[in-house]
Amino acid sequence: MADASLPKAYAWDDVRAGFRKTVPLALGVASYGVAMGVVATTKPITLAELLLKSVIVLAGAAQIVAVGLWTSPVPIAAILLSTLVVNLRYILLCASLRPVFEQRSLWQKLAGIYLVADENWAVTMAEQRRRPTQPGYLLGGGLAILVFWTAGAAAGYLAGNEIPSPSRLGLDFAFAAAFVSLTIGFWRGRGDLVPWCAAGAVALGVWWLVPGPWYMVAGALVGAGVAALSRDREQEPSDVQS
Amino acid sequence: MFSPDAVLVILGMAAITYGLRAGGLLLGGRLPREGPWARALSALPGVILVSIVLPAMLSEGLFGVLAGTLTALVMLRTRNLVVAMLVGIAFIAAARWAVGA
Repeated sequence: MADASLPKAYAWDDVRAGFRKTVPLALGVASYGVAMGVVATTKPITLAELLLKSVIVLAGAAQIVAVGLWTSPVPIAAILLSTLVVNLRYILLCASLRPVFEQRSLWQKLAGIYLVADENWAVTMAEQRRRPTQPGYLLGGGLAILVFWTAGAAAGYLAGNEIPSPSRLGLDFAFAAAFVSLTIGFWRGRGDLVPWCAAGAVALGVWWLVPGPWYMVAGALVGAGVAALSRDREQEPSDVQS
Repeated sequence: MFSPDAVLVILGMAAITYGLRAGGLLLGGRLPREGPWARALSALPGVILVSIVLPAMLSEGLFGVLAGTLTALVMLRTRNLVVAMLVGIAFIAAARWAVGA
């Protein structure tokens, strides 16, 4: 706002570009939505409730866990606690979005951060590695996730068990395949080797030993910590735009 | 259509999730722009992805590791996200079909 040369935060072209680039990943998200919808038919949750949840929470893993826990009466404390634990990683994901929201107003930040899922976060950060990327790109990707996730959940709920299981088509591997591919683009050079190995080792160790999703946060924190302590990176340009 | 308990828990989930997202972004904006904190923040995307990807591959067993490695190789050669994803997904589906899983 203060800087006249700053591009519009939410230009239509950016929203469209982000939407398009996220669609391949959103198709994978739709298949998890279907799986969640099918599970939901065995629970005392209505379609309206399922869709409301999909639209306003928009966090795949947390919602799937919540549907699994859903009974009548609803175990409110257990669901809220698991939501907190499963979604803790969003603190780190969203902190790393700083370059995308550089110089944006508080309102632009608060609006743009709502539709952040793993997939559009990763697509946006990959784009940001190539060129300065605006919040509209992230929002467009979030809209793609929202549409496909909600449509998948509704389809799964309505079709119930008549849908062939996504795992027969390998679709349950879509998430892993998408994120393996995206990871390739984040390699910045040999300086990344030690932080990445540390993150990988800690994530695998915690995943093996501790139930729940703690492994992501643990691996990411240790990897970032190792990067913080490495001195040789001092001269490299950071991802902050100057 | 909506039970009060369900709406309450859904609103609670939404508030927690949004709070973590907004909190993370605002926290990131307040971290120093140079030195260890900046290095940690700029390393975050890569180390988050590594921490997500390795367990996701291993949780699918040997096929997952092979499919993940193949996906990475295709991505390295083609730099095409859709092609790499499709190869990985097709590989795991074919491997499961071959062993009758």
